Amino acid sequence: MAAKPHGGKLVERIEKKERREEAKEMPRKDISIDEARDSANIAHVVFSPLEGYMVREDFENVLIHGRLSNDLPWTIPIVMDVDREEIDKILEGDDIALFYNDAPIATMKVEEIFPYDKKGYATKVYKTESMEHPGVAQLFEKKNFLIGGKINLLNDVPTKFPNYKLWPKETRILFKARGWETIVGFQTRNAPHVGHEYVQKTALTFVDGLFINPLIGKKKKGDFKDEIIIATCEALFKNYYPKDAATIAILETEMRYAGPREAIFHAIIRKNYGCTHFIVGRDHAGVGNFYGPYEAQEIFYEDPDLGITPLFFESFFYCKKCGSVVNEKICPHGKEDRINFSGTKIREMLLQGRRLPEAMMRPEVADVILKAENPFVGA
Amino acid sequence: MGEEKKFTTVSIPTPLFKKIEERIKGTGFTSVPSYVTYILRELIAETEEEEEEPFTKEDEERIKERLRALGYLD
Repeated sequence: MAAKPHGGKLVERIEKKERREEAKEMPRKDISIDEARDSANIAHVVFSPLEGYMVREDFENVLIHGRLSNDLPWTIPIVMDVDREEIDKILEGDDIALFYNDAPIATMKVEEIFPYDKKGYATKVYKTESMEHPGVAQLFEKKNFLIGGKINLLNDVPTKFPNYKLWPKETRILFKARGWETIVGFQTRNAPHVGHEYVQKTALTFVDGLFINPLIGKKKKGDFKDEIIIATCEALFKNYYPKDAATIAILETEMRYAGPREAIFHAIIRKNYGCTHFIVGRDHAGVGNFYGPYEAQEIFYEDPDLGITPLFFESFFYCKKCGSVVNEKICPHGKEDRINFSGTKIREMLLQGRRLPEAMMRPEVADVILKAENPFVGA
Repeated sequence: MGEEKKFTTVSIPTPLFKKIEERIKGTGFTSVPSYVTYILRELIAETEEEEEEPFTKEDEERIKERLRALGYLD
């Protein structure tokens, strides 16, 4: 049976139709596409048990304990920032309307407006104050106050990939209809190489279904563009995966690059989709050298009550002597016999328009990337 | 951030405290409070009752229809 949502209840927060007109008369706050997507994620149970943007008590508990004020594991603040000019127009207790692209997305009952310490936030969540860290750099661009309160969704947020967009209520029914009782979730922000394929298929060997869940949203320069991630995952899936035991749907939220804390956050999201297991590889959600290679696995030992089973993997590589894709644990040969699936190396080769060896990337996947004019963010 | 307000004290017998101190030596636990917190969270999670998913028949049929239209179900 699929995992229960985090917090035990599946409660969608969708506003009544008649409130859509009322929202136009409410004080208005314009939000970004990432905030609009996260509002929808709250409303559609992706971020269960959150019912809105965090109030101070939850925010501080998340920073200090990696838990909500009700002691449920939760590691990434989900907050709405505002500046002084905006809070002059909004009072605690107000109903406000959140607008994206001139369309009302959600209503919010403002429960609390509070200042916050960005350095403290950065140190707790990202374990660094370095502006070289993309998550920290983004945090310091945020406004100086936060507003917390429950939201209700008025309208869904437009997506570029409607055919891949499923909410937890839908994935749960999908898993049930397919007869999957154990499901492993796979988070990705990459075009898949052969190492990813082996991790996924090894995990799938032990469960009923594989849920490939690419993250679509704001990413740092040099990451693969969203459309490339989708097209490459699709190419791999179509040619090499059993259709009755695997499926793909997208998660729309931004990457935070918070390493260990984001690994827990990603696991909770997949639990909400109904996954019973979650793959955590080397340096999950990490960036540069900010986190140790297996720190994102070690953090799971702090949360015995997470409610989803992490599956830890070491890096896979191709061993010329074994003649197959293996990892440290199962290969006795030396480093000189290995072809590593280094993201940097793969990116360099692709930018030069070079085809990767089949031991590193399936030709169908490489074709998608090589045919694209600019496969990388900011390229 | 009010970090001091985010913890509270629970009394346990001294012999038990010492036993735990011995037990956690050489493990990943760095203190008796971190060990006790871990055990209690594990225990509470095991005994917590969870609600059933609130899908109505209509919900399920409507969603299945969408899943078929998207090609997720035959």
